[in-house]
Amino acid sequence: MSKTRKRKSNKTWERVDGRKQDELRPIHIESGVLPNADGSAYIEMGRNKIIAGVYGPREMHPKRLSKPNEGVLRVRYHMAPFSVDPRRSPAPSRRDTEISMVMRDALEPAMFLERYPRSAIDVYVEIIQADGGTRCASINAAAVALADAGIPMKDLVAACAAGKYEGKIIVDLGDYEDKKGESDVPVAYMPKFDQVTLLQMEGIMTREETEECIKQAVEGCKKVYEIQKEALKKKYGMIQGEAAPEPEEEAKTEPEEAPAEETQEPEEHLDVDEAEEEKKQ
Amino acid sequence: MSNNIVSRLKRKKIDEVIKTGKRMDGRDLLQYRDWQIRTGFLEKAEGSAEVKLGKTHIVVGVKSGIGTPFEDSPDEGVMMVNAEYTPVAHPTWEPGPPPDSAIELARVVDRGLRAAEVLSMEEFGLVSGEKVQMVFVDLYVLNFDGNLIDACSAGALAAMNTAQLPEFKVNKGEVTTTDKTKKLKLRAHPIAVTVAKIGSEFIVDATADEEEVMDGRITITLDENNNVNAIQKMGPIGFTVDEIKKCINIASEKAPEIRAKVMASA
Repeated sequence: MSKTRKRKSNKTWERVDGRKQDELRPIHIESGVLPNADGSAYIEMGRNKIIAGVYGPREMHPKRLSKPNEGVLRVRYHMAPFSVDPRRSPAPSRRDTEISMVMRDALEPAMFLERYPRSAIDVYVEIIQADGGTRCASINAAAVALADAGIPMKDLVAACAAGKYEGKIIVDLGDYEDKKGESDVPVAYMPKFDQVTLLQMEGIMTREETEECIKQAVEGCKKVYEIQKEALKKKYGMIQGEAAPEPEEEAKTEPEEAPAEETQEPEEHLDVDEAEEEKKQ
Repeated sequence: MSNNIVSRLKRKKIDEVIKTGKRMDGRDLLQYRDWQIRTGFLEKAEGSAEVKLGKTHIVVGVKSGIGTPFEDSPDEGVMMVNAEYTPVAHPTWEPGPPPDSAIELARVVDRGLRAAEVLSMEEFGLVSGEKVQMVFVDLYVLNFDGNLIDACSAGALAAMNTAQLPEFKVNKGEVTTTDKTKKLKLRAHPIAVTVAKIGSEFIVDATADEEEVMDGRITITLDENNNVNAIQKMGPIGFTVDEIKKCINIASEKAPEIRAKVMASA
């Protein structure tokens, strides 16, 4: 295996799967795949197969975890035992706990949690198959699932990693590149606000390389963002031409839970579900 | 992070003072509290360090033992970093399973050490696929007043830097203990610097109250060659790429200061 890889690198440098340095793996996103969930999305990013479901805003259980002044976003990242080789225990690991935290921090900047006092929005992400970059793929699915749930968002959150492999900066690392590469920089990004909402890094890189990785990852996120929007358009596309799109009503019902908060909302004009906004164009 | 409750009045005050370029305790925005680092004060641990950073007080213990290697690396030793929030450290901390933030603390410190390749794990293999030497780094929080990541990262490095690990003899697959010890060799000296964002200002070494008020933070771990080893963004806000660059700048200015204090404690 490694010999064939070496031979390739002797000629012009090529990635293990033949991609260009800044080329993403094929991405397929489908929204609304779980009938019971309020919103859901399925993503294939390379060989990653991930499903995300959103429940809420709904009453918080246990109640003591609720906040009187705002809603709570809860994210659970979980890997299926058969998603990796060798089989892993289904019990949540420390890695899962940490990824759940950083995912919540990545998605929360896009939400209007102050609108849902005492409530919870639950995002459940199940990794059916892992192929490197699961946290980024999970964020991509989760953001689409949140939009699919009709929850108003400031922007979609798109995620993509960049890293260094054999001395070259590459985007969207696959499993092999992730494990053998020098470093990995997962990034989540809100294009509308030009803000990075998830940033992690591991490896050894100079400051310049690190900054270049972040820049490249952001470019990758912008490409993912378009695919996310397409996925939402595909589901809601059938009502695109109509004057009063249905999901708009759906989205508007949510804030009514806290009408008193409405006037305090400075970013009111941004209160548009990404899905609806696409329809208006 | 904790359940530390800060009154609205205090929140407002912290915000206002920071806008003037100063802190509640009189520090500058990019000034650490006083570091007190002491090493090798525990006889039973292979390595130890006590770090006091203002009122934040942590103890790090390094222990070693024999264990089984991971399947994918049969000849490599295992390093484990664990963080313990003791209930003495803060009125709202309770005994029980570690909260998520303790897991994050351990993993961020671990990532810094691992990514910088502080230990060459191949040196800790004993019997291929069966027995390896384990290195446990336990971060023990005794008093919490913010900035645990930087304190623990410095403490872990100080404890490992002065650790004396027992030597083992391998004879036909049998591992026996000897009464000899050898100094733990470190190949790099990574230091974590956490930059917190409060409003539009950036500060280092946030206290517990400041952490409660902050919008978010980025931890950057750098080695002595000023290479970046690990980054972790935390908190429910976004950072622009320029802000991230600014944080990396701040970290690369501060890390050598802290590293000098850690190395001086040996």
